[in-house]
Amino acid sequence: MSLLELRKLNKHFGGLHVTNAVDLSLEPGEIHCLIGPNGAGKSTLFRLILGEHHPGSGEILFAGENITALKSFARIHRGLSVKFQVPGVFKGLSVRQNLEIALQSHHRGAELEAEIVRLLGFLGLESEQAQRAGNLSHGQKQWLEIGMAISLKPRLLLLDEPTAGMSPEETHMTGEMVQRLNADGMTVLAIEHDMAFVRQVAQRVTVLHLGQVFAQGSIDEIVADERVAAIYLGQAHA
Amino acid sequence: MTGFVSLFRRLEGPQTVGRGPAFWSLFAIVLAIGLAYPLFSDGYTVGNTVYFFVWVFIALSLCLIWGYGGSLSFGQTAFFGIAGYGYGVLTLNFGAAYGFTLVAFVAAIAIAALFAVLLGYFMFFGRIAGVFLGIVTLAVTLMLERFMAQTAGPEWHIGSARLNGFNGMSAMPPLTIPWPGQPIVLFADVGLYYFVLGLLVFVYLALRILMNSSFGNVIVAIRENPERAEMLGYDIRKYQLITFVIGAALAGISGVLYTAWGQYITPSSMGMTAAALPLIWVAVGGRSDLTSTVVGTLVVLAAFQALTIYGSQYALVFMGVLLVLTVLIAPNGLVLGAMNWLGRLAARLTRRAG
Ligand SMILES: Nc1ncnc2c1ncn2[C@@H]1O[C@H](COP(=O)(O)OP(=O)(O)OP(=O)(O)O)[C@@H](O)[C@H]1O
Ligand SMILES: [Mg+2]
Repeated sequence: MSLLELRKLNKHFGGLHVTNAVDLSLEPGEIHCLIGPNGAGKSTLFRLILGEHHPGSGEILFAGENITALKSFARIHRGLSVKFQVPGVFKGLSVRQNLEIALQSHHRGAELEAEIVRLLGFLGLESEQAQRAGNLSHGQKQWLEIGMAISLKPRLLLLDEPTAGMSPEETHMTGEMVQRLNADGMTVLAIEHDMAFVRQVAQRVTVLHLGQVFAQGSIDEIVADERVAAIYLGQAHA
Repeated sequence: MTGFVSLFRRLEGPQTVGRGPAFWSLFAIVLAIGLAYPLFSDGYTVGNTVYFFVWVFIALSLCLIWGYGGSLSFGQTAFFGIAGYGYGVLTLNFGAAYGFTLVAFVAAIAIAALFAVLLGYFMFFGRIAGVFLGIVTLAVTLMLERFMAQTAGPEWHIGSARLNGFNGMSAMPPLTIPWPGQPIVLFADVGLYYFVLGLLVFVYLALRILMNSSFGNVIVAIRENPERAEMLGYDIRKYQLITFVIGAALAGISGVLYTAWGQYITPSSMGMTAAALPLIWVAVGGRSDLTSTVVGTLVVLAAFQALTIYGSQYALVFMGVLLVLTVLIAPNGLVLGAMNWLGRLAARLTRRAG
């Protein structure tokens, strides 16, 4: 059974058809990348999966359950978690407190402290823990939010452009982070423009274009596809 | 037992300024002065001081909802009024015997809280936020004022309590504690002073614990980024509603105490000026910190009263100027700014010494 299955998802913003009968299914344990030109509807697809937007028609199934009508927080309880495109950390609070807020529904007391320390280590943010999250660099904010997202031990992790604003080294480190999480059994769906990252982690790639699934396959198949090159990879990203 | 200890540990935390022996020593000194003060003063002056304390609860309610929760509410005066009128209606009907004023005290606050459940449910589960929340709460407040102001006719009564329109209700009994032999009547002097001081210390410490708990964490998370908070699995509407109801109860405490203190309540206690003043106290003190709110409210109220001697119009102008100055110099509040500055200074001194 697929972990996530999107069936004919349609979403309009006024006259704009942002997602057009999108079908997508994720197998448990895979790292799947979603690519496509700006405005293709990738982030909107995430918001549909998370229940921030509601589809005009179509269905969303998570682990076999139809979650199309569920509230966002209830979907999170089912095992979804997200890092947004624009980092959504709690800017006025310390790095440590950001993690505490993410972790506190699953851990208490000494165990919570230990989990915070472990996560700070995993993210490489030990020396920033007392800083206001708003003062972090863009890349560090991305990591912090990834840390908050994985605090919930999700079955499916949604990452919207996790490496935006990162140097090639940082991008590579983020890729390794994702692979480590995946090795522990987490399924990952990542939106990404950085093809080095996609090549590093993706087991399968879906190309979204004008709100429609344009192509799907392994990274090599996608890169070899001339139609994809024409609409997307032919640009600076290749 | 361990639960009890961990409760006390929550007295300090990232959500409240002031920690360590230095802070709590200062707290103890201020409390001791507060306790000893009536011994060095006369009943009239003490009664006047109670008046200041009475307002701190409504200021704390704004601190909670606005400063910590990020929702600007103009509705606190509505809850103040509901609880105040509630106390009046109950005690005018059922009197003060058998400790009934204390029952009325609790019941009136509960009525205000219940009203907040209804209004809050409609607002938060309807996802009303930001400036619209301010508009809805202000509209409710002013509607209540208008409504109460037109209840002058004899047909407007609840039981034997006449509402009396713009003139308001009066002559309700003060808080009365049943006591073998003779009940203790808390007139607006030393007795009421200790009652209100005790309540204030209790509420202040309880709120410190609440804000440094995991519940408080979620409240500030919602202020910082509601979307992110929801995507961590929190049903933010529920948290906002609970905060709003606690805030209404706090405003209700002010309302009941005010009514019991002066033995009257009028619709103007829910008017535009009454709704704006607490916002100024809280903004000037430092809305995102409990201690700053308490200190700021008391200082501004005292300054306001000192100026009123020269004419209340000057006092109101002064409040306006103070608000503008705060926004320009220390947008997070003057008291909070000063406390943070002191904290940094102390840290630098200890580092140099160490
Ligand atoms: N809330 C909204 N209201 C109206 N239009 C929207 C809204 N959100 C997105 N859109 C529009 O929908 C289209 C798809 O946006 P979306 O953010 O999903 O694209 P994307 O694929 O994530 O692009 P990018 O790579 O730039 O992040 C865009 O044209 C965008 O302007
Ligand atoms: Mg996007």
